[in-house]
Amino acid sequence: MCADQASQPDASRRRAIELFLGGGILASLASFIYPVLRFLVPPAVIDLGGDEVVASKLGEMKPNSGKIFRFGSRPGLLILNSDGTYRALSATCTHLGCTVQYRPDLREIWCACHNGTYDLNGRNVSGPPPRPLTVFDVHQRGDEIVVSRKREA
Amino acid sequence: MFAPLIRWLDERIHLDDLIAPFKHKTVPRHRLSYWYFFGGITLFLFIIQVLTGILLLLYYRPGANEAFESVQYIMTRVQFGWLIRSIHAWSANLMIFTAFVHMFSVLFLKAYRKPRELTWVTGVILLVLVMGFGFSGYLLPWNTLAFFATKVGTEIAGQVPIIGKPMMIFLRGGEEVTGATLSRFFGFHVAVLPGLVVVLIAIHLFLVQRQGMSVPPKVEAAWTANPSARREMKFFPNFMLREMMAWYVAMGVLGALAAIFPWNLGVKADPFVSAPAGIKPEWYFLFMFQTLKMIPSKVWFVDGEVLGVLGCSLAGLLWLLLPFFESDKTSRAKVWITGLSIFALVYVIGMSVYGYVAK
Repeated sequence: MCADQASQPDASRRRAIELFLGGGILASLASFIYPVLRFLVPPAVIDLGGDEVVASKLGEMKPNSGKIFRFGSRPGLLILNSDGTYRALSATCTHLGCTVQYRPDLREIWCACHNGTYDLNGRNVSGPPPRPLTVFDVHQRGDEIVVSRKREA
Repeated sequence: MFAPLIRWLDERIHLDDLIAPFKHKTVPRHRLSYWYFFGGITLFLFIIQVLTGILLLLYYRPGANEAFESVQYIMTRVQFGWLIRSIHAWSANLMIFTAFVHMFSVLFLKAYRKPRELTWVTGVILLVLVMGFGFSGYLLPWNTLAFFATKVGTEIAGQVPIIGKPMMIFLRGGEEVTGATLSRFFGFHVAVLPGLVVVLIAIHLFLVQRQGMSVPPKVEAAWTANPSARREMKFFPNFMLREMMAWYVAMGVLGALAAIFPWNLGVKADPFVSAPAGIKPEWYFLFMFQTLKMIPSKVWFVDGEVLGVLGCSLAGLLWLLLPFFESDKTSRAKVWITGLSIFALVYVIGMSVYGYVAK
């Protein structure tokens, strides 16, 4: 048949059409997929917690005890030592994000999930935690115990 | 590029056998062939609904205190959220429109006749379900218009004698339209209706696949008289590629509408404010809404509302069973059904326009 002869001069045209068609389809697919991918990314949550929070009232806690408080969208741990001093740290374990607790018997901070321990300065002393806990500043304002992020530098 | 992959699959699952039915299938080719595309476009829009619906589910929260805010969040904070929601809303409307076009084209091309009665019946049920999708989805943003539309719509369902009241309470999840109604409508919209619709679409498509495309009687007669005039094209890939082009055009129209006319959100629903003036249902309910409005409040000794609801239900039932009135080949029934089809089309369009412009 003459199909072979006819297809010879057409080959480059066919390639050009395939290129335009394929390119067009790919471009439209990209224009569908791009908004979808952006849609999937959740917008950043505005942290209205600020840099300072009232964690407790004077006389609310017993000596040698700990209390979990809200610091922005994450939990913090406030500890009242036996000598009457306060200490505040991030309560999110640096291992896998569980919320830690104060152990009055050991005078240590303990994570129940994988038996990690930190000392009262937040240093990871045993178990799996890879990094220390962030330590916050504690002030007393009137009868309120105020916790704030440590100022950088 | 895909050749090795296709060969690999073919060696294992024999793709040829799977594609064979589609390769044998042909689509009749005549001057009315383009009406065959509308069913496929409706299917395409349904697929768009499923995909965008799943995306909206990532952020939407049902509940009277959260629904409006979560849609507002989608529209204002989530990147391209306005686009995804607008596509969902526009595609819903276009889908109902193309479903109507598909239905009337089937009617006028006489494609519902024996042996395709079941295809028609499943199609009419699908249309009802799709309108149920529209009705339930309309409430989900929990805005004022949707709140009152749902109130009126469920009230109308409550007019049906005997079963009306229990049906209304079932739909509302109580005596009134509240957050409980929203929970139910959300459940219907994202779980119950999609399940039913997918099953029915499967049956509908199976029947179309099994029986092939209908040829309009006049074309069939002409072909019988002159067999050499018969034209067909292969379903795969010829018709398939044409259908893909139609889908592509539909996608373009949809994207343009959604981008140029993003869907409104309105004002948050408050059960203790008066209904705003000029409140109307979505356009696809307008012809029924207007019919109900025009029936006097008392006809003889029957309530106008009850009469209207019963009349519409009866008309719907007759519509569902339409093919069975033409199973015998008496020419009188054919003329009668053609007349009825034209009347139905004129009535639906006329009443919708009237309902749209009426105060």
